[in-house]
Amino acid sequence: MATPAVAASPRVTLRQRPAADGRTRTLVTLVLTALLVLLVWEGVKFLGGVPWRPIGAGPGAPVLWNPPFRWAFANDLNLPHVWNILYALGQPFQRNADQSLAEYLVGAAVYTWREAGIGFLVGALLGLVLATIFVHSRLMERAFVPYVIASQTIPIIALAPLIVFALGQGVFSVVIIATYLTFFPVTVAMNRGLRSFDPRSLELMRSYAASRPTIYWKLRLPASLPYLFTALKIAAGASIVGAIIGEDTGGIQAGLGRVITTFNQYYITGPEKLWAAILAAALLGIVFFACIHAVEVFVLRGRSAPSAT
Amino acid sequence: MTDLTQPSADQPVVRLTGIGRVFARRDGSRMTALEAIDLDIRRGEFVSLIGPSGCGKSTLLRIIGDLIKPSSGDVVVNGKPAERARRDRDYGMVFQAPVLFDWRTVEDNVKLPLEIQGVDAAARRATAARMLELVELEDFSRHYPWQLSGGMQQRVAIARALAFEPAILLMDEPFGALDEMTRERMNSEVQRIWDRTKTTIVFVTHSIPEAVFMSSRVVVMSPRPGRIANVIDIDLPRPRDDETRESERYFELVTEVREALRGREAGHDDDDGEGLAAARRLASEGVAG
Repeated sequence: MATPAVAASPRVTLRQRPAADGRTRTLVTLVLTALLVLLVWEGVKFLGGVPWRPIGAGPGAPVLWNPPFRWAFANDLNLPHVWNILYALGQPFQRNADQSLAEYLVGAAVYTWREAGIGFLVGALLGLVLATIFVHSRLMERAFVPYVIASQTIPIIALAPLIVFALGQGVFSVVIIATYLTFFPVTVAMNRGLRSFDPRSLELMRSYAASRPTIYWKLRLPASLPYLFTALKIAAGASIVGAIIGEDTGGIQAGLGRVITTFNQYYITGPEKLWAAILAAALLGIVFFACIHAVEVFVLRGRSAPSAT
Repeated sequence: MTDLTQPSADQPVVRLTGIGRVFARRDGSRMTALEAIDLDIRRGEFVSLIGPSGCGKSTLLRIIGDLIKPSSGDVVVNGKPAERARRDRDYGMVFQAPVLFDWRTVEDNVKLPLEIQGVDAAARRATAARMLELVELEDFSRHYPWQLSGGMQQRVAIARALAFEPAILLMDEPFGALDEMTRERMNSEVQRIWDRTKTTIVFVTHSIPEAVFMSSRVVVMSPRPGRIANVIDIDLPRPRDDETRESERYFELVTEVREALRGREAGHDDDDGEGLAAARRLASEGVAG
């Protein structure tokens, strides 16, 4: 072929990447990753699972596909088909129930989120207060930081029953457990964040004869917000885990903790349900995280150049 | 107790008497940063402090601004002790880096000292607008610091320092991090601002052309320990512009400052003056015998 028309147009162009492009890319990546996971999941079952039957069918139903190998971990009990899990979401969550599994899980998730949310807010506030004290008093910092760290090395599985025993069964204990797990990342991050400004800013504030509270509200706190949000994103997941563990120990009927325990107990009769519950818990974590991220983007707007992607 | 809130016309705005500053080193030994500094700065003057590294010029500036306390001597600013002048916010300060708050817009950065002072919102807005117009950045009031170049950020810092119309402006090598062309432009800007506001300015620099171009007086300092070696009057006509930079007198003054800086350094290699005394003795013996 003769000289292509392409030679006329410049090869090198300045490409602008608008912000929306970055968001689309993130979304596409997320979807592709999810599809990849599904592919691997079903791929494994395709090669080494039990015979494939139509959705929701019993053992007598016609076989659609017979995998060449048999791997124990890939059978329908350990690794239910993805479509069976989705199918189970539409079915009543237990015999004679009037709610579908999906509705039931959403209800449980919202309940758990409420407890986690309160624990999250209280824990964040506690973390902020502690960090503020530590930043203003070296003595307090040296005295209490070891205890703060030690508090997190005690496994929550051991601590939760103690808390429930001391405070009684119920939502309060659950909130305390969620608080317990969230205050630590916030304390550590803010202890750093409240000191994270250019030291010359402090000289500047002194030249204005600014008082300590003024320095706190106008310099330390705004400077620390990026650190705060990093900690809050960690704390979000931690508070949900805390709430779920707390519910279990605290005898709460309505939350995800109970749901997961029950489905675990009756796993053999309905493995899809446990997987669905796990999915619900994961989605709850993602949604909580996304909410905090949205707040972060708003609060931190304008501060620095947008990142390259 | 009677005190002067405003010095009279013939009273200096800054009076330093016998200022000394000693720092204790980690190993316990003492380092004399400043010794026996006496200096008077009159209202409306533009005084530069120039000297090699370690001569204590930044320390001296901070002593004037009450950010460091002197080990000995007296600082009187605007008729008051330095600490009260700082609490009364009699001066503004500009550092080598702009030190802007990156979570605030340009306008909000300029408003910062006014907020701390308790000025009401309408007055803050008006003053910030006026200051930004003074440094010719009024179109950038809603921008954030990261969107501005180094020179522009420094201009915002200057606008901020002038926001509460201080009696004195202290500047510590504010243009040290800028390139030469931007620096010359900023020097002209500061000239223009000084002309309009008639603020007293104390300017620390290690650039001889900069000091000569802008000042009414250049204070040459020598190091180890920091002392005032010489004070040179700059009699260049005002307003000063690019023509000034090319004038005969400008080069003469630059040379004079350079000699003062160099001459003093040579003298100081000879700490106890023995060499000089010996030379004198030899010379007089020679003359006598």
